[in-house]
Amino acid sequence: MDKAKLGGKTWQEFVLDYALYFILGIMIIGVVIADRTFLSFDNMWKILAQASTRGILALGVAGMIVLAGTDLSAGRILGCGAAISASLLQSVTYASRMYPQITEPMNMFIPLILSIVVCTIFCLLNGFGVAYLHMHAFIISLGTQLISYGALCLYIDSQPNGAQPLASLESKYIDLVNGSWLGPVPNLVIFLIICSIVMWIVWNKTTLGKNMFAIGGNPEAASVSGVNVARNIMGVYLVAGILYGIAAFLEAGRVQSVTTSTGLNYDLDAISGCVIGGVSFSGGVGTIPGVLIGVIILQVINYSLYYLGVNAYLQYIIKGLIIILAVAIDVRKYIAKK
Amino acid sequence: MEKTEAAAASPYVLEMTGIEKQFPGVKALDGAQLRLRPGTVHALMGENGAGKSTLMKCLFGIYKADAGSILIDGKETRFTGPKNAMDNGVAMVHQELNQVLKRSVMENIWLGRFPKKMGLVSHSEMYQKTKEVFDELDIPVDPKMMIGKLSVSQRQMVEIAKAVSYNAKILVLDEPTSSLTQEEVEHLFVIINKLRDRGVAMVYISHKMEEILRISDEVTIMRDGQWVATEHADHLTTDKIIKLMVGRDLTDRFPPKTNKPGDVILEVKNLTGKYMPSCIDVSFNLHRGEILGVAGLVGSRRTELLETIFGIAHHQSGEVLKEGKPVINKDSRKAIENGFAMLTEERRATGIFGGMSILFNSVIANIGNYRNFGFFLSNKKMAGDTKWVIDSMRVKTPSQKTHIRTLSGGNQQKVILGRWLLTKPDILLLDEPTRGIDVGAKYEIYQLIIDLANEGKSVIVVSSEMPELLGITDRIMVMSNGYLSGILDTKDATQEEIMRLAALHI
Repeated sequence: MDKAKLGGKTWQEFVLDYALYFILGIMIIGVVIADRTFLSFDNMWKILAQASTRGILALGVAGMIVLAGTDLSAGRILGCGAAISASLLQSVTYASRMYPQITEPMNMFIPLILSIVVCTIFCLLNGFGVAYLHMHAFIISLGTQLISYGALCLYIDSQPNGAQPLASLESKYIDLVNGSWLGPVPNLVIFLIICSIVMWIVWNKTTLGKNMFAIGGNPEAASVSGVNVARNIMGVYLVAGILYGIAAFLEAGRVQSVTTSTGLNYDLDAISGCVIGGVSFSGGVGTIPGVLIGVIILQVINYSLYYLGVNAYLQYIIKGLIIILAVAIDVRKYIAKK
Repeated sequence: MEKTEAAAASPYVLEMTGIEKQFPGVKALDGAQLRLRPGTVHALMGENGAGKSTLMKCLFGIYKADAGSILIDGKETRFTGPKNAMDNGVAMVHQELNQVLKRSVMENIWLGRFPKKMGLVSHSEMYQKTKEVFDELDIPVDPKMMIGKLSVSQRQMVEIAKAVSYNAKILVLDEPTSSLTQEEVEHLFVIINKLRDRGVAMVYISHKMEEILRISDEVTIMRDGQWVATEHADHLTTDKIIKLMVGRDLTDRFPPKTNKPGDVILEVKNLTGKYMPSCIDVSFNLHRGEILGVAGLVGSRRTELLETIFGIAHHQSGEVLKEGKPVINKDSRKAIENGFAMLTEERRATGIFGGMSILFNSVIANIGNYRNFGFFLSNKKMAGDTKWVIDSMRVKTPSQKTHIRTLSGGNQQKVILGRWLLTKPDILLLDEPTRGIDVGAKYEIYQLIIDLANEGKSVIVVSSEMPELLGITDRIMVMSNGYLSGILDTKDATQEEIMRLAALHI
């Protein structure tokens, strides 16, 4: 019965547990062989900067997946927050700005706070559906996705000069988001790191985090132990709303132009990142480092496919396959063998 | 029993009197009462449906009693829910352990009231406090272990430790030993005795007479939602308890054995499962019309043996011969085709389809045979077979459309047994067929099993209740840690011999 053991696991288990990383590792090696210039610090920072807003979004979505739910509306909610941030921070010299009455550059905190408020309202709508109406997160967030998309389109449509991208942003804003205070490290990466540390503390050191895992793992046990299940679910959605608001604010500054398609499919990217990073759809399992690794891996794939000039439609197919593979492997870990 | 005498002088810690609870159409409780003295173990007994759990739910505030008084330390008390009760020193260890399996032991214990330092959860304090409780109760479990990796008995100990950590003065234990080995039961009793010495009053709900007579000081018996008697355990015998519970003399706990085993129908040779833990190198024969018992401790892999024979667990080596011909049950469909049927251990999890009708539950294993024109399911045929199940199994139900989960455990089990008989099996594999079923219904299940053997069907019964195996089987095979450690003729078998064999390979 002696088998080669790796950290207390048989080698089959070891391969299964890390299969995804092996496959992705091989892919990256393949990319590097195909184009050696891929490996550079410049590319690395670029990838991390691109991963940052989606990473912050994913930190919020991950909490819902730990609650055995999901969020299909994250991308569109981010779109709304981004539109608000961009519209309030258009350059005051730009003639066809949304708010001509703004003649002095606004304090950037105001749009950030407004973005957080709007995103939080949408998130709490989702949370209310899950916690008090006992709807599945999939359904309520599907509804919220449509509502937030409608709201985004109405907002963009309501410009005095008609529907047009919210562009020509304040230079201070662009500098804040796209600059680098610490040598080569993009500010976006710094914001991601700060959000991650805060979220690690929330998940591991606060009652809300502990209760979130308990509710996701066994809602009955949590309730019997006196955990206010509904209120803690609302708490998780509230935290997610704040993260979405921050991500939205940063995303608008990053892409420097907000349209009705801003945020499209970001929710799916965030969910894929979480799943690749080991946040289980069965609930009650997940880690913050896992989420970060998942999001970064996904961005590496995105970027490398783009870098190698792979056909854009083919990119969709490859990403889809990777998500299916990730979930298939994740599920295998939990199948009891008989 | 000096202890009991001393305790008798002190006032009751809990007094529930004249409790009434009306549900639509049923009076679940009608003048129920329970008087609990500190530092005693008080057994609460009654058949399923007698109102034991309803009474406890009234205590914990899960149900609101319609009438009656609940006095705790002499004060009228109405809890708003389990958490409110626990905060006031009244805790319950549920039969179905409610734990978050993927989190640590200590997190489960302190869930809902984590110790905090500066607003953040303090892991070191949580560890320390857990360790203290564990050391005191002599529970050898690492507080940082993931609770899903513990055995059922360890998880039960953790649940008791959780109650202790709330400084419970009243502790309700609901069927705490139903999944424990003899050794684990002993450990549980040591803990119960420690708590008794500390003055904790315990309500002990169980169906196991021998245990109750051993551990409890007093016994309250309920029937049909009413209080029947409260007696000192010393003054009671198994027969007397049963008589009080059932309300009539049950002269015999087991029906007369009338089946006559014939020639060999099934040969199992050196069967070994593929994924351990499973059975290892098990060989035995089963005769036509025979009832073969399988004894063993929890973890002796009796269920795994049945699953491997039935084909829902993979086998590594060995063979199964039915009537001399090798059969390969590669999955349950093949097994049903080959004339096997299997009643699973966890009725609620893997037996019934709770939200579906009796009809659905009766015909589901045989659904392919009700097709008209090879496609459309015939309601007439299905209703006919369901009627047969209800009549021949003596299922008490208002109609075929009734959801099965509204029936009692015994009636659910009869429907499932009927389900399997519709597949016309020769060999029935029954895994704990009477678990969680009350005394009266158990007798009916035994009768059904003996009737089946009389009809020439062969039955393998896995059971953890030794008297049951000794009462209805022809032979008993004992498993130990995956191995078959012996086969005994029931007529000559004793509990001591079975226990010796059960511990052989540990």
